[in-house]
Amino acid sequence: MTLEALQERIRQAAARKAPLRLRGGGSKDFYGNEPRGEVLDTRGYAGIVSYEPTELVVTARCGTPLIELEQALRENNQCLPFEPPHFGPEATLGGCVAAGLSGPRRASAGALRDFVLGVRLVDGHGRALAFGGQVMKNVAGYDLSRLAAGSLGTLGLIAEVSLKVLPLPAVELTLEVEMNQAAALDAMNAWAGQPLPVSATAWHAGRLCVRLSGAEPAVRAAAMKIGGTRVEAGQFWHEVREQRHAFFGGREPLWRVAVPSNCPPLGAPGGTLIEWSGALRWLRTRDARELAAKAGGHATLFRSHDKRESVFTALDPVVMSLHRRLKAAFDPAGIFNPGRLYAEL
Amino acid sequence: MGEALPVVRQAEVARALRAFLPARAVLWEEEDTRPYECDGLTAYRQLPMVVALPETEEQVRRILETCAGMKVPVVPRGAGTGLSGGALPPGDGVLLSMAKFMRVLRVDAPARTAVVQPGVRNAAISEAAAPFGLYYAPDPSSQIACTIGGNVAENSGGVHCLKYGLTVHNVLRLRGFTAAGEAVELGSHAPDAPGYDLLALAIGSEGMLIVVTEVTVKLLPKPQCAKVVMASFDDVEKAGGAVADVIAAGIIPAGLEMMDRPATHAVEQFVGAGYDLDAAAILLCESDGTPEEVEHEIARVREVLARAGATRMSVSRDEAERLRFWSGRKSAFPAVGRISPDYYCMDGTIPRKRLGEVLKFIGAMEKKYGLRCPNVFHAGDGNLHPLILYDANDADELRRTELFAAEVLEKCVEVGGTITGEHGVGVEKIDQMCVQFRPDELELFLAVKRAFDPAMLLNPGKAIPTLTRCAEFGRMHVRGGRLPHPELPRF
Repeated sequence: MTLEALQERIRQAAARKAPLRLRGGGSKDFYGNEPRGEVLDTRGYAGIVSYEPTELVVTARCGTPLIELEQALRENNQCLPFEPPHFGPEATLGGCVAAGLSGPRRASAGALRDFVLGVRLVDGHGRALAFGGQVMKNVAGYDLSRLAAGSLGTLGLIAEVSLKVLPLPAVELTLEVEMNQAAALDAMNAWAGQPLPVSATAWHAGRLCVRLSGAEPAVRAAAMKIGGTRVEAGQFWHEVREQRHAFFGGREPLWRVAVPSNCPPLGAPGGTLIEWSGALRWLRTRDARELAAKAGGHATLFRSHDKRESVFTALDPVVMSLHRRLKAAFDPAGIFNPGRLYAEL
Repeated sequence: MGEALPVVRQAEVARALRAFLPARAVLWEEEDTRPYECDGLTAYRQLPMVVALPETEEQVRRILETCAGMKVPVVPRGAGTGLSGGALPPGDGVLLSMAKFMRVLRVDAPARTAVVQPGVRNAAISEAAAPFGLYYAPDPSSQIACTIGGNVAENSGGVHCLKYGLTVHNVLRLRGFTAAGEAVELGSHAPDAPGYDLLALAIGSEGMLIVVTEVTVKLLPKPQCAKVVMASFDDVEKAGGAVADVIAAGIIPAGLEMMDRPATHAVEQFVGAGYDLDAAAILLCESDGTPEEVEHEIARVREVLARAGATRMSVSRDEAERLRFWSGRKSAFPAVGRISPDYYCMDGTIPRKRLGEVLKFIGAMEKKYGLRCPNVFHAGDGNLHPLILYDANDADELRRTELFAAEVLEKCVEVGGTITGEHGVGVEKIDQMCVQFRPDELELFLAVKRAFDPAMLLNPGKAIPTLTRCAEFGRMHVRGGRLPHPELPRF
C-alpha cells in the first residue's frame, strides 16, 4: 500500500463526508467510544523507514506491527522507554501512538507523547503533512506531533512516526514487599523523591512489587535500601501491562483513574491495582469518576460492555470549544473516527 | 484600527487599561517603554505602544478582554532573555509583562511538584526545591535570569536534556487565558488529562496560543553526585564520532557537550576553566546518580572515549572542579561577547552523524563571508550553537552575518534537522520556516493559531509565516520541482 493510496481514500471519503474508522490490528477496538465508519485498514502501510541506533531515533510506518518494531530495537539493545501495552499480538505502531497509552515504566521514563519526535499525518484534505522531525530538540512550529499522540485518530491518519528510543537497562530486578495500600503509597512516593533507579511499581491486595532498572551498582545499592524479597517477575510486569493479571479479569467495568501520585487510598469498593508510583489506579467501581474528580484527577471507562456513559471525562466548555475548532482545522469534513474520543469531535 | 492617529490610539488604549490597572502598571511614555523595546535578540527593536504590568490573574484577564474588544495586539514577555525576538513588542499594541508574577506558590515535596507564577526565574525553582532534595531539571544557560513563563513559551532545553528532557517533559499543568480572556487549564496534577494534549501544544507555542499565569512543574530528586569527564580530540569529526560511540555503548550521559578550538580559546581567556587549548575540540561528558553508579559510568565513558581517539582526558576530582569544567561551557556566550563587538547565536539541530559535514560547511561559510564562527554544541542531542562574530556598526558585516546564518540554518534542514532546537523561531527565523515547512503545513499551523485566537491578536507575526511572506522571501519549500500555490504573487 502506498501513502498516495491512503491519501486518495481519505480525499474520497472527505468528498462524500463518509466517516472513516482508522484501524490497524484492531487490538484497541475496545478502547474509547464505539468506533464508527468504514474501516480504513492501515496494516498495508508498514515497515521501518529508518533506524539509527546511535541517533536514538526510529521512524516507522503506522501499520508496522509493534512486536516487529520492538524486536528490531531489542536486537540493538534498545527499547521504547514508555513500554506501551499491546493488547494483542496484532497491535500496530499507528494504533499505539493514536491511543497514546504507556506502560509500567511511565512514571520513571515518561509517557508515549514524551518520546514522539515527529509524525507524518494525513489530514482531512488528504494532505500528507510532516511535523516535528527526527531530532531530539526541535521547536520549529507548533508541536502538532505530540498533539496527534493520544488523539485516537480523530485529527488525521498518523502515517509515519519518529520516536526517541533508549538503551535497554543493563540490569533489572524486582522486589516484593508486603504492605497495606496507604503504606505502599507512602513508600512509592518516598522512593520517587530519592535518586533510586525504580522503573516500575505495582500494588495489589497487600503486595507491592518494585522493579529496579539500570547500572548494576545502582540497582544493587537500591535493592539493599528497599528490602523485601527478590522475585522472578518478567511475566508479572507483562501481565500488568497487558492486563492479563487476575485483577483485570471478569466482566465488571474497568476504570482507569489518573490522580496526583501521593493522593491517599481512594477507598473504592471492588479493590484496586495501583501503578506509576500511585498516579494510576485501576478501579472496578461505578463511582470512579466522582472519586477521581475529588482527588484532582480524571477517570476513563477503560473496558466495559456498556458504553452509554461517556468513556472520557467531560471537558471544561472553553477547552471543549478549542477541541472542536482544532478538529475542524485538521478534519473539516469530520470524517476521522467521529465520536471515538468525544461525541462532539 | 488604522484610522486613528497612533498617539490618539495610544491614549485610548492606555485609558482603557487604566480603568482597572493602577498608574504604575500602565506605561506609555517613551522613557518608560524604552527598556521593553527588545529581548535578547537586540538586532530587532520596536517601542511598544503601551506596556502593561499586571499583578493578578484577574488583571491579565481584563487586559486580554479589553485588548480583544479594541482589536489591539498583545505580546507577552517574561524576563526578555529570549534569543529569537519572540517578545519583540508590537508598535501598535500592548506588551504584557509578566514580571510581577514572581511568586513560588507551593513546593509539594511528597508529590514532587512546584506551583509557580510565570515570572519566577528558572533557577529560583530549583532554589526553592533544594531544601527537599529536589530540583527542576531543564537548565537553559540563561537560567539565572530567564523565567519559567518564557521557558514554557519556547520549550527551553539546556545542557541536561538528553537525559532529563525539555520543558515539555517537565511541566505538568498550565493555567492561563486565551487571547479573548477565557480561562483555561491545560494538563493536570495527575499524569495526564482527558482530551487532546493541549499542554504539549501550548508549550513551545511562543506565546501565540495562550497567556500563561501559573505553571506546575515536575521536580526530580537531586542526584547524589555528579562527575564530568573532559576529553580532548585532535579532530572535530573524531569528537563527533566519540559522541556516537558513547550512545552506542548504551550510555545516556547527564550532559554531553562539545566545543571547538575557537570556542575554547574564547572562554579560556574569560573564565580559565582549564581547557586544553591544543585540542581541535573538547568534549564534556557528565555522569550523575549514586556514587556507585557514577564511578561505574565514568569508567565506561573513559574507556569509550579512549577507544574513540581522545588525546587527553581528565575527570573532575571534586564539585569545585566539576563546576569549573562547566563554567567555560556555560559562559561561552558572554566569553565570545568579549572577543567580538557582537555575535549572532544560531540554534539548528542536526542528526549527530551529519556533524562533520555541517562543521565543514560552517568552515566554508566563514571563508565565504569573511567572518569567524566558533561552535558550541549540545552534542548529545544534536543541537548546534555556532556563534558568528560581527560588528553591528558595520552594516555590511551585519548583512553578511544574516546571510551566513540563513545558509547554515538551511543546511540544517537539508541534512534532516531543524532551524531551531531550543531558542524558538520568533521574528528571527521566520523566513527559514518557509524552507523547513511546505505551504500546506504552514497553513495548518495558521489554522491551529486561529482555533485559539481567531482575531490573530496574541503575539501576531511571530513564529509562523504567512504564505505571502514566504512568497516574498522567495525560498519556498519546493518538492518535486513544482512550485506550490502558483496563484500567489512572487517578488
